[in-house]
Amino acid sequence: MLAFGMAATFSRSQIEAIAALAHLRLDEAEIELYARQLGEILEYANQVQNIDTTGVPPTASIGARHDADRADVVHTSLTRASALANAPDANLDAGLFKVPRVIG
Amino acid sequence: MSQFATLRDIRDAVQSGARSAVDVCTEALARIEAHDGTLNAFNTVTRDQALAQAAAVDAHPNRASLPLAGVPVALKDNLCTLGVRTTASSKILEHFVPPYDATTVAKLVAAGAVAVGKTNCDEFAMGSSNENSAFGPARNPWATDRIPGGSSGGSAVAVAAGMTPLSLGSDTGGSIRQPAALCGLVGLKPTYGRVSRYGLLAFASSLDQIGPFTRTVEDAALALQVLAGHDPADATSAPEPVPDYAAALTGHAKGLRIGVPRALVSDGVDAAVSKAFNEALDAYREAGATLVDIELPYASAAIPVYYLVATAEASSNLARYDGVRYGFRAPAEGGPGTQDDLRAMYGRSRELGFGHEVKRRIMLGTYVLSAGYYDAYYLKAQRVRTLIRRDYEHAFEQVDVVAMPTSPTPAFKIGERTSDPLQMYLADIFTVSANLAGLPAISLPCGFTADSLPIGLQLTGRMFDETTLLSAAHAYERQTAWWKAQPPL
Repeated sequence: MLAFGMAATFSRSQIEAIAALAHLRLDEAEIELYARQLGEILEYANQVQNIDTTGVPPTASIGARHDADRADVVHTSLTRASALANAPDANLDAGLFKVPRVIG
Repeated sequence: MSQFATLRDIRDAVQSGARSAVDVCTEALARIEAHDGTLNAFNTVTRDQALAQAAAVDAHPNRASLPLAGVPVALKDNLCTLGVRTTASSKILEHFVPPYDATTVAKLVAAGAVAVGKTNCDEFAMGSSNENSAFGPARNPWATDRIPGGSSGGSAVAVAAGMTPLSLGSDTGGSIRQPAALCGLVGLKPTYGRVSRYGLLAFASSLDQIGPFTRTVEDAALALQVLAGHDPADATSAPEPVPDYAAALTGHAKGLRIGVPRALVSDGVDAAVSKAFNEALDAYREAGATLVDIELPYASAAIPVYYLVATAEASSNLARYDGVRYGFRAPAEGGPGTQDDLRAMYGRSRELGFGHEVKRRIMLGTYVLSAGYYDAYYLKAQRVRTLIRRDYEHAFEQVDVVAMPTSPTPAFKIGERTSDPLQMYLADIFTVSANLAGLPAISLPCGFTADSLPIGLQLTGRMFDETTLLSAAHAYERQTAWWKAQPPL
């Protein structure tokens, strides 16, 4: 089994910055927890840095070498009503998703 | 017919008219009702719809032509079902009702299968124990104080407990094979692209694949026959022709070359698992197969590569859950009559809607994709991923399948590993490589521990060569009776 390295830690401000990028609000306990756990997981994941990948191309996905294009033909899709049916706040008559005010 | 009848037995009985689909469905629903209070395999049971689907099978003018006539099936709750809520075991989708069916669901129902409900899983398929469900853990029918494995835990429990002979799961790093092993079932992860993922709630798009849980290898072949094939709605599905999988099941292992990565499986494996694995290899040898020692030098890097790649993709895929088009939106923080700004609404909806493991992975994935770290983590992991693929390409020059234990340990106790995510991730040590390399892999029963906990054998095959994989698994299964064992319910 693989060995664990010493745990690294993230600072509180680093965790807050990552959370902001992810549109994720965290409570105090989560900030503390993730600061420790993210450090531990990355310390472990850091073993990939020791592998020589000179000249090795990245694998972004497997297969999908075939032509996935289709003819540009209009076909039926979701109705507006069914597309809006799961929205937490929608104006069904106008056909709009509603969000909180963005501009003052 | 027992509750533990195979898919094949039920299909044959319904096709021939010996049993009605409604009768079979009623029995499955009764079994769910009797045991699901304890096992928590289902998030939603679709009783009325199931009985209607069964009645439609009985009324079908040519039901002998339906390859899954009357077969009850349980669907992992991350597969979209038209008009039936699909939660991914997350609060953020607790009330989400999809406006369409996943292609796999539509194919099963068109083939005569009867969908009885949506199964519990780790939230957004992130986990190896089913403990990360917003609706509580599913329990292993072999020992109800233990995990059934994950993430497709409920799907495994449904089949293991004799509720249905077939269920669907999704496998991103072992999420079909590991619970199959821990519940004493056959679990198949097909080749990447073999089965359409249209309507699967995406976790890690370069890794996710849908596949069946069954009691036997033949049943897995019959299910794959229906599931496999190109789908214009999924650009990653492959146009390769679909062979007759069941026809390839000869029961013979003669001439089969099995690769065994000795170095990888020599360390950190539970003694009972190790013993069962070696006995399975002996059985293959006696049946005429050749065992070949192989090296997979980069396999030990599979877990770190997986957790860098999968979390990066997850952080991107889960960005869509923002409280606007579907799913949970947090009420304004200031109470009724007030309004958060847009960013606060996003942040609070995701804070309250996602569970800890999902947040942990979104955080990790966001970090490894962020400016300054992308090359060091994500791109580096993708390069090592290439090396892992090459390991298997080299191995398959010498062998037809690669054998490993599916899981290094049998089912552990509920709560035992929840405080240590890294320890939990190591449960995937033998399964993640097949996802990283896109290869088909199967887990099948190969023994029990002294405490009667099931142990699984994993075989991995070449791209799109499910035929050889299933044939090799079937040859072993025919020599053993592990698959016949039933849990003490």
